Amino acid sequence: MSHDTPVVAKSQAQYEYDRHHNAVHMRKQVINFAIMIFLTFIAFAVVAADFSPYLIAPFVLLLAGIQVVLQLYAFMHLEDKKTHFGGVIAFFMWFGILLAFTFFLAFLTIVWW
Amino acid sequence: MSSHTQKKSFGASVWDYITTVDHKKLAVMYLLAGTLFFAIAGFEALLMRIQLMKPNNDFISAGFFNELLTMHGTTMLFLAATPLLFAFMNMLVPLQIGARDVAFPFLNSLGFWLFFLGAVFLHLSFFMGGAPDAGWTSYASLSLYSPGHGIDFYVLGLQISGFGTLISGLNFIVTIITMRAPGMTFMRMPLFTWTALVSSALILFAFPPLTVGLVLMLFDRMFGGNFFDHTMGGNTVIWEHLFWIFGHPEVYILVLPAFGLFSEIIPTFSRKRLFGYSSMVFATILIGFLGFMVWAHHMFTTGLGPTANAIFAVATMAIAVPTGMKVFNWILTIWGGSIKVTTPMLYALGFIPSFVAGGVTGVMQASAPLDYQLHDSYFIVAHFHYVIVGGIVTALFGSAHFYWPIFFNRMLDEKLGKWTFWVFFIGFHLTFFVQHFLGLMGMPRRVFTYMEGQGWDQFNYISTVGAAMMGVGVVMMVINCLLSIKRPPAGRDPWGDGRTLEWAIPQPIPFYNFRQTPLVRGLDPYWIEKQEGNKEGMIYAEPLGDIHMPNNSALPFVISLGLFIAAFGALYSPLGVAEDSRTWAIPVLIIGLLITFGAMIVRSVKDDHGFHLHKEEILEIEEQLYGKGGKK
Repeated sequence: MSHDTPVVAKSQAQYEYDRHHNAVHMRKQVINFAIMIFLTFIAFAVVAADFSPYLIAPFVLLLAGIQVVLQLYAFMHLEDKKTHFGGVIAFFMWFGILLAFTFFLAFLTIVWW
Repeated sequence: MSSHTQKKSFGASVWDYITTVDHKKLAVMYLLAGTLFFAIAGFEALLMRIQLMKPNNDFISAGFFNELLTMHGTTMLFLAATPLLFAFMNMLVPLQIGARDVAFPFLNSLGFWLFFLGAVFLHLSFFMGGAPDAGWTSYASLSLYSPGHGIDFYVLGLQISGFGTLISGLNFIVTIITMRAPGMTFMRMPLFTWTALVSSALILFAFPPLTVGLVLMLFDRMFGGNFFDHTMGGNTVIWEHLFWIFGHPEVYILVLPAFGLFSEIIPTFSRKRLFGYSSMVFATILIGFLGFMVWAHHMFTTGLGPTANAIFAVATMAIAVPTGMKVFNWILTIWGGSIKVTTPMLYALGFIPSFVAGGVTGVMQASAPLDYQLHDSYFIVAHFHYVIVGGIVTALFGSAHFYWPIFFNRMLDEKLGKWTFWVFFIGFHLTFFVQHFLGLMGMPRRVFTYMEGQGWDQFNYISTVGAAMMGVGVVMMVINCLLSIKRPPAGRDPWGDGRTLEWAIPQPIPFYNFRQTPLVRGLDPYWIEKQEGNKEGMIYAEPLGDIHMPNNSALPFVISLGLFIAAFGALYSPLGVAEDSRTWAIPVLIIGLLITFGAMIVRSVKDDHGFHLHKEEILEIEEQLYGKGGKK
């Protein structure tokens, strides 16, 4: 378990590679953040524009759904290939969402009519 | 830390068990606690059967009968079957996948203590003004109007022990996914580990709806909430939905590990690899998935309408397909094998027809029109006891015999075991087979007595005789367990036909399980090594080196104790609508929660990195265990 762990100093090439990688990563984060701010702005705009509630409610919920997925994948590192067992985590999460969705679907369509 | 194998005083041993995070010790504790509650719930069943032995009996009162039937069901499912299966999961899963402990040993201990103290809390209701009396399903239309504190005990007790179950379930998922030894791919995992994984995933998804239901019930009962009160705009059927969204998967949470245990026993004593391993895995996952899609079949007569009833009926019948696959696979494993009819195998052979009988009546009830006839009759009682006793209890007894040497390095007596099997098995069929007919004759379930002259007398009498035989069987089983203390050590692979890793470990199992992490070369790794003449039983993936192990901790017990204390405060809280509130309730509630959160903060703030066991200490321990005159 605790066998000798070699400590290797970073080479110049490695340093530059990491630096570039971090820059790309940072750019992605900022873009995602901007998209999320923009989606929030649209949600407020739709309400402020005084559309029909039948449009506003599903539309805002849809945006919320997109926000959740963005949040999970961009900021909680689900899209990161280095995340340990990211696939398993995603599987369990989506399976739970699928189950909950099925329950609601069943209630709305066949149980309560 | 080389004092692990030395003799300890009694107090030190007790302290050791309270603070332990070792999965093997926790397994033994689960086994003991589960057996205790199994005995209590079995005794409750006996009292009920004595009451129903003859018409117009007055052995116990109607109210007490309701308490008994509620506590029998609740205890058997939540506090007996679940912990007993957790005992096997705790013991076997790390050994089967080649791990030194579960992923979160601290949480493992926390899970046990939450379960145990929640269970104790629930049982204290008997001495504190009456047990819950609205059935294990505790339908809101009944339980909201139940006088006294019985239902409050049910809600709080199940909430606490439910936390424990959820925590343990999570722990097993992480353990199985992340802690498999090199070479132990998913499709090389023993089937018991597979069923433990699927059943833990079911726990993860099924317990939250129960938690929500219990919270809503708590508010309705204690603070005058109106979630389930139709006169105030609530809806009593919501409880039924929440309960069964949890309750149906709960059945599979229990029966899947039982399937897994038989899938270990049958190949071992047929001395043949499991037939259709990959289809078994597929069937396990499919049963787990479908288990979530069928909850409303418990509510056909609630009036959901023909569309819902038809859809849920078809979904329910679909479960028979993967279950059938499993049954055929077991039969085909036995077919052509070199069969040894040992006690565990006897239980397995008894299990197949009994469980199929329970499954067939299940498909009958899945047909909604027929269910209108069968609903709330003894036919239902017969059905679910065939599934639970025929499926789960036979698995528990059979694997107690099978795995006793892994738990305690002792064998159970084979002869007494076979006698136990026949007494219990015949008693079981006597008890429940005739209940099918009682149901068809119209005897409703959950009645405390009945009038004579309806043709029910004889069958009820037979049923009571059978229940007494089951009781004798359980006592024989316990005697067998106690006698094993005096038996000689069993040693490694005492059945001679072990296939999976847990049999390859030398006995007694050192607390670190594997001194070197094994390398797994296929399904049934120990079998493979034996076939190749490897005397050591496994090959290793690493050289002998330091082992990192977790420290013991009393914090799980303290955290659970705090919730246990707080529950009394909540029960008698003057904030709620209870008439017999106590002034001490609020301080008790606050003290309890302070203890819990204080212990959690201590856990978070204080670093605990465990300790390293050095190579020399390992060799010393092994010399003490297996050397000349080693401790056995």
